[in-house]
Amino acid sequence: MAIPWDLIVIQTVNGIVTGMILALVASGLTLIFGIMDVVNFAHGELFMMGAYIGVVVLVASGSFWIALVLSVISVALLGAAMQIVTLRPLVGRDPLTTILATFGISLILQNYALWQFGPVARKIQEPITGQFTLFYLQYPWYRLLIAALSAAIIGGLYLFLKYGRYGIWIRATTQDRVMAQAMGIPVPWVHTAVFAIGAGMAAASGVLFGPLVGVNHAMGLDWVLKAFIVVVVGGMGNLGGSIAAAIFISLLEAYAAIFVSPAQAVIVSFVVLILTLLFRPTGLFVPTPK
Amino acid sequence: MTASDKRHAIAYWTAFGIVMVLLIVAPFILPEFWRRFLTEILIWGLLAMSSDILIGYTGMVSFGHSAFFGLGMYGAAAALLMVKPPNLWLALLYGLVGSAMVALFVAYFSTRLRDIYFAITTLVFSQIFYVIIFTWTEVTGGENGLTFSRPQLGIPGIYTVPFTAETLHWFVLAVVTASYLILRRITRSPFGMVLQSIRENEPRTRAIGYPVERYKMMAVMLSGLFAGLAGVLYAVQNRFAAPDFVFFLISGEAVIFNVMGGIGTLVGPIVGAGFFLVMREGLSRIFGDQFPYLIPLGVIFIVMVIFLPQGLLGFAKRWLNR
Repeated sequence: MAIPWDLIVIQTVNGIVTGMILALVASGLTLIFGIMDVVNFAHGELFMMGAYIGVVVLVASGSFWIALVLSVISVALLGAAMQIVTLRPLVGRDPLTTILATFGISLILQNYALWQFGPVARKIQEPITGQFTLFYLQYPWYRLLIAALSAAIIGGLYLFLKYGRYGIWIRATTQDRVMAQAMGIPVPWVHTAVFAIGAGMAAASGVLFGPLVGVNHAMGLDWVLKAFIVVVVGGMGNLGGSIAAAIFISLLEAYAAIFVSPAQAVIVSFVVLILTLLFRPTGLFVPTPK
Repeated sequence: MTASDKRHAIAYWTAFGIVMVLLIVAPFILPEFWRRFLTEILIWGLLAMSSDILIGYTGMVSFGHSAFFGLGMYGAAAALLMVKPPNLWLALLYGLVGSAMVALFVAYFSTRLRDIYFAITTLVFSQIFYVIIFTWTEVTGGENGLTFSRPQLGIPGIYTVPFTAETLHWFVLAVVTASYLILRRITRSPFGMVLQSIRENEPRTRAIGYPVERYKMMAVMLSGLFAGLAGVLYAVQNRFAAPDFVFFLISGEAVIFNVMGGIGTLVGPIVGAGFFLVMREGLSRIFGDQFPYLIPLGVIFIVMVIFLPQGLLGFAKRWLNR
């Protein structure tokens, strides 16, 4: 069988675009996990709420960019509220209780969206409609823009964590919670802020990804599952690892989609997860512990 | 046996007997709808009870019980569709074999991980089976699922009767009660004690010399087997198998039933299932079918996680496990 080079190139581009979005979702998830040992089951629903708020603001204002910014801000506030109301009382309890609490939140948000917006998928109009020719396809520039914007947001997060004053607080809290507290860092508020940042990133990816698929109440489920796989494969709480894993898994799924239906291509990422758990349970993209 | 043990045993079995009598006579008293509803509570309760072996006794939260439940369901469907005339015991056998195989597979991989990682892995595994069942349309019927006729109740060669609403209820009740007694016996056995010691302190259990991984695998398989049994019962009651029941929301509901009713009590999850389903039915009767009942139930669930982590039967946990 001849190797379909054109298809491989197209799927590479597709894989990188989805990979960047997935990296944006997963880095929020892994940030939250890394700093407070909370597995946020409601992350996919924050993604979905972000997309819905994007739809509503876009209809009202007509500008995609206003929709993006407002959606990020409102979902970040929602995330902060969620953290204060449900996760703060659980600090110091078994980390498994946080899974239960965030699972409860995900049910509430999902059913709220279904109730409020109905089962019919909404559409977000992409802000730029230009296309370029890639072999026999008219490939939309917007997809490349998504990848670039996701990379920019993740890069911004990295710089903030590395050099920003509050970013240093966040890293200090990750390293040693008690010591950070002793140095006068308001640890509970750092937690809230991290949760808000993670939620805002999920919302940004929701709005950016909205134009590619319809926006509906169940869209979060797919993503949260993929993001979990990415976070485990990349090494829990490891930002760089999750980004690498997101692109790696999206590329594999894109290549698999050449040969089987996209619904079945998902199994590839499951297999990657199983192999990772078998041979490197600490994650594929982390240095081997000495 | 001390006097207090004896008193406890008398009180326990009296309470058990009263509840059993109530459940046995229920079909004569309740109208058709509620009779069916009660049978359904028992089936969901069995699913939640199987999950309690992991959550309450071994300290592992499984978000993958829908896979075991679903495979039990599809296993029963396979037996009922392929073998003519449909045979109840064969359906049970196929369902249990199906869920046991899945449980072996899941247990092998997921027990290498702890806590949160275990929860995520079981969730991902259940989604693997969901995708397979959803896309393998020729065999599983895909999105539409499979429908079949209900087998007859009977012992081969001796007598057979068709299921009526009452006999179906009694059959389900008998299976659930037997499962409860078996699981209760297991949790009080040396094996169950080791599971509880893994929950309390895993490194110490390992240090004493117990092969912790093997015990965890056994626990997952045991739990999966009973979840599969619940799947078979559900298939027999509703005469269909659908991929929706393999989706992880079912696993999530099993966890909710556990937390609401009280983990580590075995009967708590059944009470939780009853509480959840009655609330759901009540809410949709008061506010109409379109009412998003999961919003108030989700709020109740979160409030219980925060303020009442032992669940409704938490106060009786010690007494029930004595």
